[in-house]
Amino acid sequence: MTENEAVVKPPPSDIGILGWLRKNLFNTWYNSLLTIVTIFFLWKSIPPFIKWAFFDAAWFSPPKVCRQIDGACWSVITKNIRFILFGFYPYEQQWRPLIAMLILFALLYYSKERSHWNKRLFYYWLVGLAVMGILMKGGIFGLPSVESTKWGGLPLTLLLSVFGLTAAYPLGVILALGRRSKMPAIKTLCVLYIELIRGVPLISLLFMGSIIFPLFLPEGITISKILRAQVAIILFTAAYIAEVVRGGLQAIPKGQYEAAASLGLNYYLTMRLIILPQALRIVIPPTVSVLISAFKDTSLVVIIALYDVLKTTQTVLSDPQWMGFSREAYIFLAILYFLGCFSMSQFSRKLEKELDTGR
Amino acid sequence: MKGLKVMALLCAVLMSISPVVFAGTLDDVRARGYLIAGVNGSVFGFSMPDEKGVWKGLDVDTAKAIAAAVFGDANKIKFVPLTAVQRLPALQSKEIDVLCRNTTQTLTRETINGLNFVHVNFYDGQGFMVPKKLGIKSAKELNGATVCVLPGTTTELNAADFFKKNNMKWKPVVIEQAAELNKAFFSGRCDVLTSDVSQLAAHRAVAPNPDDYVILPEVISKEPLAPVVRHGDDQWYDIVNWTVMALIQAEEFGITSKNVDEMLKSKDPAIQRFLGVTPGLGKALGLDDKWVYNIIKQVGNYGEIFERNVGPKTPLGLQRGLNALWTQGGLMYAAPFR
Repeated sequence: MTENEAVVKPPPSDIGILGWLRKNLFNTWYNSLLTIVTIFFLWKSIPPFIKWAFFDAAWFSPPKVCRQIDGACWSVITKNIRFILFGFYPYEQQWRPLIAMLILFALLYYSKERSHWNKRLFYYWLVGLAVMGILMKGGIFGLPSVESTKWGGLPLTLLLSVFGLTAAYPLGVILALGRRSKMPAIKTLCVLYIELIRGVPLISLLFMGSIIFPLFLPEGITISKILRAQVAIILFTAAYIAEVVRGGLQAIPKGQYEAAASLGLNYYLTMRLIILPQALRIVIPPTVSVLISAFKDTSLVVIIALYDVLKTTQTVLSDPQWMGFSREAYIFLAILYFLGCFSMSQFSRKLEKELDTGR
Repeated sequence: MKGLKVMALLCAVLMSISPVVFAGTLDDVRARGYLIAGVNGSVFGFSMPDEKGVWKGLDVDTAKAIAAAVFGDANKIKFVPLTAVQRLPALQSKEIDVLCRNTTQTLTRETINGLNFVHVNFYDGQGFMVPKKLGIKSAKELNGATVCVLPGTTTELNAADFFKKNNMKWKPVVIEQAAELNKAFFSGRCDVLTSDVSQLAAHRAVAPNPDDYVILPEVISKEPLAPVVRHGDDQWYDIVNWTVMALIQAEEFGITSKNVDEMLKSKDPAIQRFLGVTPGLGKALGLDDKWVYNIIKQVGNYGEIFERNVGPKTPLGLQRGLNALWTQGGLMYAAPFR
């Protein structure tokens, strides 16, 4: 009965760009109002920002020139970039942390693909870590030795976060399994550990590590400040990961355990083959948020005077020449941290998609 | 018989350990091969790394002088940046040998905290800065002023005391961040900025027109900043104390890093003793007799250190004031070297 009707196109105001605008931005009176207000604010803020950040900006001028202009003074970054990035690392040797960082980025990038996850990758990491360690520490192959007290800037931030996160993750999984264990001693220990660590802020752990802990050490023994901070970060992050993983474990139906038992799998195999692969997949999103916040928390080491990339930037700002250009410096830092956090969450989304086998 | 042997062996072991355990700081430092000094790390002119990561400042140079006295080499030193909370425990736990971190000498720090302050290397104190155009010459004329101040510090309390004592009204403008405080003052939100005088100078250095501002002559608090060592090691205390005094005495004698070699030929017996031409003083401290020569040659005298880091030609542009020699109206006074 409809075969004679001519194909009637929708009115032009319903299709194309106009249609999209109407449907999404102006579909009700309050949405129209919101759109107009938003456009007004964008109009008021974006062009002046671009003018400030790019057109009026100084990129390599000395501080005197910077104080004359209206725009951003990016030279606070460009003129001090080597101190901001490498801290106290000897000036002539700074190519070493640079190469170490490039190796780290390459390894991380290569490890992104799941098809690369095999024994070879493990060996790559071993070799890469050894090379990075030699580059940073020196003392052999004619490289002058540089102690860890002189490490600073971006390499320190990366060191604290990459090692902090990779060590905290397995520790967290073990703690989560321990907390669900049927052995009372292990269970109590794990519960105690998790609750004690989660009960205090990271700052107090860092303080204890850097101020109180050395007073208890026997005479003549000192442990590097970086190592103490690193351990504090690992212990702290592990407790949080443990609780996230426990959530995943609880989400696995009892039938899975029973199925594994009926196949005759022991505890280790049940966990390794049946439970953990499912549980860890479920908790990818919360795990990644723990990892991201741990990455940002590494900047708290400023309070124990470790010169991570935040502290080196602040130090530059306390030089009278550069005092007052804090906006530019903190925007630069924000971009650095954003790159780190965003790539982590990007990776987790990709992983989730690949592992999504229909649930 | 066997028991005796074991006992003897144990005694021998104990005796060989004990000198290590109870060794003085000087021996520890010598065995290690370098001095470890705690510094602030973010106070320009006192201790801060430059854009190459090299430590610069008055406190840094004082620490270098100690290294020069002990090793004859001012570069055998490592700097540990410390926060205000960390500084005293770091010294108590022997993480550092000496603390040169603009620390004010107080009674409780010397007693309860178990520390000793040596001779002061910088006399600081709280002051006021005002725009020149107000025409104010003295802090006593500040009645009714709005004052920019950092919250929660002794600075705020000192200012309150000062205004109360002088029966004047004031309106504090409390701002948390130093950089914001700066902006508020220079944009005219308050008439007066108060802070330690050395800090005021740093603030003025970055003003749009530094010459439009004056620091008033009144100093309303005493902040004697001195290097710190642990209780219970008198030899080390003597070394650090007399190193600071040597810097001052060298300026009084007119010995600088440039003319120290000529001064070795001086006929003045006091200078001969001072520079170790007539031996004895270094030995008394357990150091090389050339210790003062090494300090002055490599680091310079107190005046040189002051000019280089905080003096009129630096961005801080500080006058000597209290830090001038006693012969020039200041407080820098060294006990006799004999």
